[in-house]
Amino acid sequence: MIKLLKRVYYFYLEGFKSMTIGKTLWLVIAIKLSIMFFILKPLFFKNELSKFQTPQEKSKHVIEQITQKTEL
Amino acid sequence: MNTLLTALVDWSRLQFALTAMCHWIFVPLTLGLGVMIAIMETIYVRTGNDFWKRTVKFWMRIFGVNFAFGVATGLILEFQFGTNWSNYSWFVGDIFGAPLAIEGILAFFMEATFIAVMFFGWNKVSKKFHLLSTWLVALSVNLSALWILVANAWMQYPAGMYFNPDTARNEMIDFWAVIFSPVAINKFTHTVLSGFTLAAVFVVGVSAWFLLKKREVAFAMKSTKLAAIFGLVSAILLAITGDGSAVQVAQKQPMKLAAMEGLYEGGNGVKISAIGILKPGKQPLDGKDAMLFDISIPKGLSFLAYGDLNAYVAGIDDIIKGDYHYIDRKGEKKQGIPMTERMERGRLAIDALKSYQDAKERSNAAAMQEAKVILEENFDHFGYGYLKNPKEAVPPVPLTFYTFHIMILLGGFFIILLLLSWWWSRGGSLEKRRWFLHLSLWSIALAYIASQCGWIVAEVGRQPWTIQDLLPVSAAVSGVKAGTVQTTFFIFLTMFIVLLIAEVGIMLRQIKKGPESSQ
Repeated sequence: MIKLLKRVYYFYLEGFKSMTIGKTLWLVIAIKLSIMFFILKPLFFKNELSKFQTPQEKSKHVIEQITQKTEL
Repeated sequence: MNTLLTALVDWSRLQFALTAMCHWIFVPLTLGLGVMIAIMETIYVRTGNDFWKRTVKFWMRIFGVNFAFGVATGLILEFQFGTNWSNYSWFVGDIFGAPLAIEGILAFFMEATFIAVMFFGWNKVSKKFHLLSTWLVALSVNLSALWILVANAWMQYPAGMYFNPDTARNEMIDFWAVIFSPVAINKFTHTVLSGFTLAAVFVVGVSAWFLLKKREVAFAMKSTKLAAIFGLVSAILLAITGDGSAVQVAQKQPMKLAAMEGLYEGGNGVKISAIGILKPGKQPLDGKDAMLFDISIPKGLSFLAYGDLNAYVAGIDDIIKGDYHYIDRKGEKKQGIPMTERMERGRLAIDALKSYQDAKERSNAAAMQEAKVILEENFDHFGYGYLKNPKEAVPPVPLTFYTFHIMILLGGFFIILLLLSWWWSRGGSLEKRRWFLHLSLWSIALAYIASQCGWIVAEVGRQPWTIQDLLPVSAAVSGVKAGTVQTTFFIFLTMFIVLLIAEVGIMLRQIKKGPESSQ
């Protein structure tokens, strides 16, 4: 099992080392994911319902929202 | 709707549209190019000819660039569900969650594992295992699309669920009805085939560039031939599944079909416009002509929608008046009812949900039961309760009409382009026809335009609904500030423009290097 894991590890390691254009692409992926998860998600995309603790509170909030919107 | 809510809905929709359209720039090429690479590698394994290995490696590099830029852009859509569309996210319940979770697991395990073998495994694993990995990557990217499209199809035709008034969530009661809904099957096949066609046009176009530059002639000719056959089969099947989609739309979303055709007054034996210009300022029920000019096929729409030259097709005005038939979400054929009545019944359903909650707080079981019965009797009209005017149920007709016709015309053009590409590459005369090579190269842009138009038809055509008949965009949107959504819209716009410029730049550099550098 350990031998297999080692082989997989070296397979990936050698693969990454021998990359040319792939290194640029990984950089693109890393930058993109960093912006998404460390800037956009925490600063701008908080889940609206996460401020409620329980599913019951979430249900209540949504029911209030969708039953009141007919009055707008 | 009041002005603030209108601004919020508009900015939220614009942001979602921007993200979805940008995501869809990256996805379709991956769907088709993955399969073509797998076919090329199969030829390599069967013949042992290194020419095909070099060809595979070149197209694999292009696939890699596109994959890297496209990976995870779809996650931004999920962020938006939670922030901008929280009512919707809650309302759809586990129906959306289950397919998206399967997609996430599949994408992660299959794609992440086998794409590594595909790129790193040359000379490290056996030829056959490498080939298997390439096929599995092609399969998994297409399977990822399946789950997303199942979720989208449910929004167009919400089947296999029960609305729970205690939680305000839709609960899946029939997994197979969701997965195998006829709308989902058609949507999946049509969308994936559109990706195959786009990828084929892309390969033909890039190969044309090499032929124009008189570089890598053998590589370009063989790539063209393979892509043309693959694309021609895909484009023909695309037309067939498009017909299937139109049948589904006619049955389940007759308003969308009427908007696609700019049809206000229906009837028996209705024509279909091949090309047309809509009269500006045309409004539902104003009794004026809808078309400024059109070239049409007599009885074409009746035949397309119902397979009968004299079948009745309802127009927008007919649907507002209730003069139409449709298939409801239980699969039963129903006589339409006037829009004003649907609005009344929708309000009854919404009030019943409110009454149910009030009765629950008072622990009044009898009142709860009474409200639940009213809710269930009128639930199919729930979303209409939010509309203030029957005209609000009409999608933006010009955008739906023009994008539909552009998509259809370009679809027909691709069949001719791919047929000629195949014919002339087969005879070896392709490289002499420089006008055609230029046309092929520019057709890459047309393939992307057609692909985006398809999504606009599907998504704008079903407005005002996020979930057909049940939840309009005005009720689905969260109580966030329009200004916040506006800010994130411009952040995304900047991010996607940078991503696109970077992708196109890297892709062009890789193409210019040619297959020689793939040795």
